[in-house]
Amino acid sequence: MLEVRNLSKSFGGLKAVSDASLDVPEGGIVGLLGPNGAGKTTCFTMIAGFTKPNEGTVRFMGQDITGLPPHRICAMGMIRTFQIVQPFAGLTVQENIAVGAYLHHHDRAEAMAVARQVGKRLGMGAMLDRPASSLTIAGRKRLELARALATGAKLLLLDEVMAGLIPSEVSEIVGIIRQIRDEGHTFLMIEHVMQAVMSLAETAYVLNHGKMIAHGTPRELVQDPGVVEAYLGHGAAARLQEGNHA
Amino acid sequence: MKPQSMGQAVLIALALIYLASLYFMSSPVWMGFTINALIVAVVALAWNITGGFGGMASFGHAAMYGTGAYASAILQVQYGINAWIAFAAGIVAGAAMGAFIGALAFRYGLKGSYFALVTLAFAEVLRICASSFAITGGGSGLQLRLDPGLSTLQFNDRTVVYTILLVIVALVMALTAWLKYSRFGAYLIAVRENEDAARALGIDTYRIKVKAMAISGAFAGLAGVLYLQVWLFIDSAVVYGSAVSIEALIGPIIGGAGTVWGPLIGTLGLHLLGEGAKHLLHNAPGLNFVLYAVVLICALRFLPQGLMGLAGRIGTFRKKEDDNA
Ligand SMILES: Nc1ncnc2c1ncn2[C@@H]1O[C@H](COP(=O)(O)OP(=O)(O)OP(=O)(O)O)[C@@H](O)[C@H]1O
Ligand SMILES: [Mg+2]
Repeated sequence: MLEVRNLSKSFGGLKAVSDASLDVPEGGIVGLLGPNGAGKTTCFTMIAGFTKPNEGTVRFMGQDITGLPPHRICAMGMIRTFQIVQPFAGLTVQENIAVGAYLHHHDRAEAMAVARQVGKRLGMGAMLDRPASSLTIAGRKRLELARALATGAKLLLLDEVMAGLIPSEVSEIVGIIRQIRDEGHTFLMIEHVMQAVMSLAETAYVLNHGKMIAHGTPRELVQDPGVVEAYLGHGAAARLQEGNHA
Repeated sequence: MKPQSMGQAVLIALALIYLASLYFMSSPVWMGFTINALIVAVVALAWNITGGFGGMASFGHAAMYGTGAYASAILQVQYGINAWIAFAAGIVAGAAMGAFIGALAFRYGLKGSYFALVTLAFAEVLRICASSFAITGGGSGLQLRLDPGLSTLQFNDRTVVYTILLVIVALVMALTAWLKYSRFGAYLIAVRENEDAARALGIDTYRIKVKAMAISGAFAGLAGVLYLQVWLFIDSAVVYGSAVSIEALIGPIIGGAGTVWGPLIGTLGLHLLGEGAKHLLHNAPGLNFVLYAVVLICALRFLPQGLMGLAGRIGTFRKKEDDNA
């Protein structure tokens, strides 16, 4: 569904992403992991059209979408959410979701009805009339997901929707995402919360210093020495090995 | 368009009572004064589209106002074209100028005070141009030939003028309300609240902003044409001067930017205040602007959502389910 080939992006002298490739199959849940500053969000901004890559191509449903503006990409059925949640503060929760729904429902009553339906599905039924600014962080993350879903997008790029949530909230969101996937959506998700990645993603990619260093099932990845080193520092894998033998 | 609280209902009722009372007062002074205020209210409603809903505060709505007035005046005076056609042309010219300024400013990603400065610069350049070319009557301006009648859109009877203006203000407000609750309105508000999130949700933010400038320009052009038809004379200082731009933004800010009633209520309130001060202090020239500045500063400091926002907090009605609306 999504094929990313050899994406690179530099900011000044800093190579934020270099030569990164990944594939997301239709109906899958794919993770994108990596330590802080690895270039994950930068990958998303390039895939979703917010910044142009220096090199590389992005293909979505067989079409080359490299360099297209975000609104065109969204209309084709791919949408990103933001790591730092971006609610429309002056609007109610339902109106926020409706902004997404307006993409394919031009009539207000219809868009609001879709918004209500999506909101309820994400367990936000009681908050629909509240101003978005009054939501807790968990509520805002959910709103971010609801708005994206309301556009009718088939592929959702989620940037750390579970960061900052308590474990019970995480397992709720995990359930919701699994349910949405079963209804025919595809996910590419950046996630730090290992519990979520392990239970949701079928495969995951690991990015470090802008480079893809590994790809596999979550279970394979946690045993990959390169991945362990990226997270825990140089020599960590060897030390862990020693620890296991002792 | 419906009030959301007791306070807002009272505010709206006060405005309506004042406007209706003019039919019984038979005071040419008050009538003339309110006719002026209604023309300003139309340009305030124009500013409200971009500045209120879209969060793009312009400091140069005179650019569109003057273009509307001049387009209509040039067609009538220089080419002898029918007033109705010139009227429509003025609105179209205002819209075109708005779209043009928007297209340029937003192409270069101008926001906030940069956008405000560019609009101001446009209005000033146009003012200088209008005072130097022959077709705009140069420094002496353009005067419509006095010829009252329906075909020339000139009316001797001030009550008729007043009624027409009331109808036009009501229409512009109805259009505003319709826009606010349309897809376009939701998109415009989304752009104001968070442009990145709006882009992610499939909104072509550049197009929405230019479209808003065109609609706002059409309203401002309409206001300019109304001024021309009421007073039959324009010159560059009157229609392209920064007084127009200031009055366009101050009414909505005082009354409540991004509301349907705010621009009218703010404009009426300010004009009444200015007029009152003038009488009390014996016509000190420029005094109304000093007063406006003080009121504006107070409003920005203490009333972030203007009078409508303040009134909105008094006696809130129960919110209805949006689905049934
Ligand atoms: N617009 C920008 N201008 C300059 N540098 C940037 C910009 N955006 C990101 N960077 C840099 O690029 C690198 C990668 O950033 P990115 O946000 O993609 O990392 P990330 O993997 O999402 O990290 P995190 O887990 O902290 O969200 C960082 O060093 C960051 O400082
Ligand atoms: Mg990030």
